[in-house]
Amino acid sequence: METIVFALLNGVIYGLLLFMLSSGLTLIFSMMGVLNFAHASFYMLGAYFAFTISGSSSFWIALFIAPVLVGLVGAVVERYGLRKVHANGHVAELLFTFGLAYLIEEVVKIVYGKTSVDYRIPDLLDFPAFTIYGASFPAYRIFMLFVAIGMLVGLWVLLKKTRAGLIIQAALTHPHMVGHLGHNVPLIFMTVFGIGCALAGLAGVIGGNIFVTDPAMAVQMGPIVFVVVVVGGIGSLEGAFLASLLIGLLQNFAVGISASFGEIFGFLGLSTTSELGSITISSLAPMLPFLLLVLMLIFRPRGLMGEQEL
Amino acid sequence: MSNATTTIESLQPSSAAKFRQRTLPILIFAAVIFAIPMTDPSRTMYSLMHQIGINIVFALSYNMILGKAGLLSFGHAVYFGLGGYFCMHVLGWIEDGVGPFGNYPVFFLPLLGFGGGALAGAVIGWPSCRKAGTTFAMISLGVAELIAAAGFMFDSLFGGEEGISGDRMNGPEMFGLSLGPIDEVYWFIAFWTVVGVIGMFAFTRTPLGKLSEATRDNPQRVQFIGYNPQQVRYLVFIIAGGFAGMAGGMAAVNYEIFTPESLSLIPSGFVLIMAYVGGITYFAGPIMGAILLTYMQSMMSDFTEAWLLYLGLMFVAIVMYAPRGIAGIVFGFVDGIRGGNAGAYFTAWIIRLVGCLLMLLGAIVLIEMSVRWSNGYGEVFEPFGLHLGHTNVLTWILIIVPLVAGGYILRRASREEEEGAA
Repeated sequence: METIVFALLNGVIYGLLLFMLSSGLTLIFSMMGVLNFAHASFYMLGAYFAFTISGSSSFWIALFIAPVLVGLVGAVVERYGLRKVHANGHVAELLFTFGLAYLIEEVVKIVYGKTSVDYRIPDLLDFPAFTIYGASFPAYRIFMLFVAIGMLVGLWVLLKKTRAGLIIQAALTHPHMVGHLGHNVPLIFMTVFGIGCALAGLAGVIGGNIFVTDPAMAVQMGPIVFVVVVVGGIGSLEGAFLASLLIGLLQNFAVGISASFGEIFGFLGLSTTSELGSITISSLAPMLPFLLLVLMLIFRPRGLMGEQEL
Repeated sequence: MSNATTTIESLQPSSAAKFRQRTLPILIFAAVIFAIPMTDPSRTMYSLMHQIGINIVFALSYNMILGKAGLLSFGHAVYFGLGGYFCMHVLGWIEDGVGPFGNYPVFFLPLLGFGGGALAGAVIGWPSCRKAGTTFAMISLGVAELIAAAGFMFDSLFGGEEGISGDRMNGPEMFGLSLGPIDEVYWFIAFWTVVGVIGMFAFTRTPLGKLSEATRDNPQRVQFIGYNPQQVRYLVFIIAGGFAGMAGGMAAVNYEIFTPESLSLIPSGFVLIMAYVGGITYFAGPIMGAILLTYMQSMMSDFTEAWLLYLGLMFVAIVMYAPRGIAGIVFGFVDGIRGGNAGAYFTAWIIRLVGCLLMLLGAIVLIEMSVRWSNGYGEVFEPFGLHLGHTNVLTWILIIVPLVAGGYILRRASREEEEGAA
């Protein structure tokens, strides 16, 4: 029971963090048709910026300033990089972001060093929130939950209830028509790219101190975010939300299961000492998202809630 | 004789053009390969040559799917690795004399690598080749992650962290090569590099090779003329996997060890960069890319620890400003000089070159200074006896002036070209 409760809580929080990353990516993808390989690099930048800012002032200032800075970096990348490459087609755009991810990682290594930095959770939130089944649950994770829900509500209001959101939604599917109506479509693209990167940066700010802030964090997170976007369905925020929670829960539950193939399929004659039989479910946890990705693309290419096929 | 036939005949390349464009480059390539051992290279040179040979075959096989078939893959190292692993197991079987393998010559191991890679391509390609574009790219990424993770899980197949090692000096000798000394391995690598290059060039001349280009450009029309684009992609994918496996077999004999890292995303990304930097629209592009990047990988890492940053910068610059790669620059230069008004073309080219070199200078000073500053060992970047610390004003002058000047020159050059074209 206690494993289930903890896996549920951690899974939801991890899933919300994934959603924070993937919401920007799915918006960018449905608008420009580019899977931004560097998206997780902006997540990393968020964590590092927050580390610098909270070192010189406080975490609370970093929580607001760092995402804005990351968003500005993203807007500059779109304006002076992606827009130029756009003429050469989607493959060139994908490769540009692929190279950019490389570049950001190397620059971060030079500026902050190759090992992890000491980015900590603020003292104010460094206490156990509640205790269940004899184990305490850190308050910072509850804070993460609230930030994520706040972001979710904010994004929903922006997209569904404001005029700007209406234009963005229109530009997702009919950029030319929006352009003919007199809106500056390149500017909308740049803004959406900036907002998407800022959300990734926010995820970095609140996620970097609970995981590790090191130059490899982008490479670890990047592929999983793709999985979320593809499984959720292209351009569907609801789908991305469902997929984030699904993958968050799947991974956290799998980690908690120590049963091995041998124990589960023992009735088929699989011994726990054989090579296949000794593999445990928990060791499979990092692979599960990719298995889901491949199966999804083969059997349901439009994802959980996507309207178009990838 | 009707008019139509005469036009088609006159469109065909003359036998002189055929010789110049097809036979001559291969003859030159073979001559270079024969000339290299005459210069009595050192051990380091030999091992660099071997790596270049392997990477040429690997990058060309990657370009079969990226450049020719238009399929962007993030997991091509899977086929290289699986082919190579199969060869490592065969090496072990040759040593132990298992079944028919006891009499199999190690020299022909890359053939088995081809088989292994093609088989892997046939199994993995079946679900992934149904669609091109982003779907294919994502499936290749997912499959690569899965196989790389499995590589660390099944120790009897992949040998765990330390991998599988073997001994190439077993089984029957071919052509009097024991494959023991490094200069004998050279002939092995050279032979299979030439076989790979000729084989993949020949493939581009086959109907399937032509169809793969047609599928890349317009899958719908390929369907109209009665071919199945999925099938074309699938077949090309299998053959590309086979050639990647062949490169894996070459690597297995050369290094005598394979680790699960060879299946991971890092070599897959590297082969993508090699092919793209070289130029995916030319057959010779990936060859140039493989030579340049392998050389950079082994030589530049001695000079600077930030070589990956230079690699990334070069890749992004190529994607943004020279999408046809190094081969595009080289062949474009040759065409420009041959075309009318060579003088003006040459001047414009020199101006651009100066601009690029200036920006490169600024970037190098900035990067090298920052790397040493960030390491904090108190080292200082000292080219030509200059003392370029981060507190030195001269450093910042050497960074900002070349960057601004180079940027200005390049901007003006591209603006003039646009005006000239308009």
